[in-house]
Parts: sequence; C-alpha cells; structure tokens
Amino acid sequence: MNMMQPFEHAVTEHGPTVLRVVRAVLGPGPDADDAWSETFLAALRAWPDLPEDTNVQAWLVRVAHRKAIDVTRGTARRAVPTDLVPDRPSTTGLPESAEPDLWAAVGALPERQRLSLAYHYLGGLRHTETAELIGGTPEAVRRAAADGIRALRRTYAPEGAPR
Amino acid sequence: MMMMTTTDPTSDTQETGHQHSDSDLLHRLATPTELAGLHRLLEIRAEQEGLLDVAYRTVDSPVGALLLAATGTGLVRVAYEREDFDAVLETLAARLGPRVLRAPRRLDGAAVQLEEYFAGARTRFDLPLDRTLSNGFRGQVHAYLPQIGYGSTQSYREVAAHLGNPRAVRAVGSACATNPLPIVVPCHRVLRSDGGLGGYLGGTQAKTTLLGLEHAA
Repeated sequence: MNMMQPFEHAVTEHGPTVLRVVRAVLGPGPDADDAWSETFLAALRAWPDLPEDTNVQAWLVRVAHRKAIDVTRGTARRAVPTDLVPDRPSTTGLPESAEPDLWAAVGALPERQRLSLAYHYLGGLRHTETAELIGGTPEAVRRAAADGIRALRRTYAPEGAPR
Repeated sequence: MMMMTTTDPTSDTQETGHQHSDSDLLHRLATPTELAGLHRLLEIRAEQEGLLDVAYRTVDSPVGALLLAATGTGLVRVAYEREDFDAVLETLAARLGPRVLRAPRRLDGAAVQLEEYFAGARTRFDLPLDRTLSNGFRGQVHAYLPQIGYGSTQSYREVAAHLGNPRAVRAVGSACATNPLPIVVPCHRVLRSDGGLGGYLGGTQAKTTLLGLEHAA
C-alpha cells in the first residue's frame, strides 16, 4: 500500500524538524534554506511511491542529509566553512534566525558533536541510524550527541541562569 | 514532534532529566515565520515543476470558512468547515493523488470570484472546473444546476423533470447533498416542492444565507 496522505501533512508536521536539522548541519542561512527546499521537493516527487508504513520523519531526515551534502558540494568552491554561522541574508526574506546566540553555540560545537546532535536530537534518528549517515560507531555517536547537548546547555544556558 | 523520547538501547539515560528543557531549547531553532517563507517557495517550485495533484487554500466567507481545492484542470472542490477540512483533503488525496499542498495561488481566481459573489457583485461564476468528482446521474444533476439562475429556485421535482427523469426526486436530493462544488454549482437554489428549504451540505443556515444574499442583491 502506497502513501495516500496529503503531502501537506508531511510539510506541516516535519517541516520544522527538517529546518532545524539542516541548519545545525549547514548553519542558518541560504544554504540551509536551499537544503530544506530541495528536501521537500524531492520528497514531493517521491511521495506517491512511498510505502504507507514509512517513518516519514526519519525518511525526510535522511533525504535532508543527502541534500545538505549536495548543497555543501555545490558551495564548496565558495569555501564556506560549514561549522561557522553565515551572516548572509536568508532567502526566506526574513531577518536572520531569531536565536543568533543559540546558533552561535551550535556552530561552535565540534563537527561530530554538531552532526550527532543534528540527526539524533533534532532529527529524531536513533544513534545506529545516525552512525550510518555520518560514520563511526553508534556508541561514539551517542557520546558525541550527549557531549554536544551538554555543551550547548552549558554555553547557552549556564547553570543557575534563567532559561 | 521532537523525538526526544526515542527509545534506543544506547541512549543516554542520564540526559532524561534535561529532556524537557532541551526540547524547549531546540524548538527555538526554527520559528513559524521562517517556515512560512520556505513554504511559499515550495509552493512556487512545486507549481513550476508540475508536481501538484491538488492545490488548496481556505477563505473566510459569510457562511464560514471554505476550503477551495483545484487540480491543473480547474476548481475541483469547495468544502464547508462542517465537512471537516482534514477529512476532505484525505479524500482528495485518495481520489486525485497524494501530492496535495496548501498553495493559494492556483485558487486566486476562485477566491476573487467568491468574494465578489458574497459582496453581491457577481451573479455567475466563470471558472475552469474539474468535474472528476461528479459521476453518473449525480454528474448530470451537477452539470444542470448552473442553469438555475441567480436569485431563482427550483424544486427537486422540477430538476428531476428537466433531466428527463421526473421520478428521480430522491436521486436529485442525494446529488445535491454530494455536490463537490457547492456555491459555485448552485445546489442551494434547489428547494422542496412544498416550498420547504430542504437539506444542505453546508447546513440550512448557510442555505438561508445564500438565498437571502441572492434575493437582496
């Protein structure tokens, strides 16, 4: 049985998750916006052929991972480091992300921590699934994700500070 | 939904106490306004690449919120809120294809003409229609209904007679009750032979409002 649900459901329900993931991977800005758009366009194309029992969020996060790599390759000539927060204007036509400090903290994480955090905490993938995407063992991914979220809490919301 | 509660044999149980605050923290990484801009870009590109089976939007009206849906052929569905928009969209996905996206631009013409109609400035609709959802005798009824002019009414019996099947009164009633394009295809102009209002898929209040609007204009 193939997917019969209106595609809009997937956009409404998982659009925010995919945006957080691609922003954590690429930094908030045009590259992340492009990856989000390419993810949902590819998903829209594939939608009618998707088995109905697919875990849609995990599927979208995997598509987003591939699109983020495409975007990174496409912009490699411009030598934009993926672990820095770009300050170019967003193609959404809106002011840069409402949480610049939080994004700076995410951007400051070591790459493995940032990617593990992106795919596990933000994308909801299991550690084993995240390891398949970014390499390494599930245990190493688990540690990196935990270290990443701990560092983020410490940097962004130090103990005792109001959140 | 954040998947903070993912069950995973290797998950870090010592993080549990932080999960709620982490969830708050991480939710701030994408805001609704940012997503609205991205959604609009998706609508434009999906339309450009011909990927949409059904585009839809909602509009406000004197008879409540209306769902408008169109295929590439034309307007395919107008639905009242009491029909449950989610259920209507699921039916459209099942019958016309699941590439269903909120993409208002394809419905601009329909939205403008409905606004003019409710303002009393339009007495007939001039829109491309997709009649895919109207079949058989019901389809014949739906095709006939626009011949009942603005401000006038006919009985179910008269409609049946016009279609050459004077005994099909109940069938005309059920055709009206399943009209996929209410207002635009004016099933509200069909009443009972005794002058009674008859039923209406948008509710009798909506039927009264539409008839009142047309008589007042």
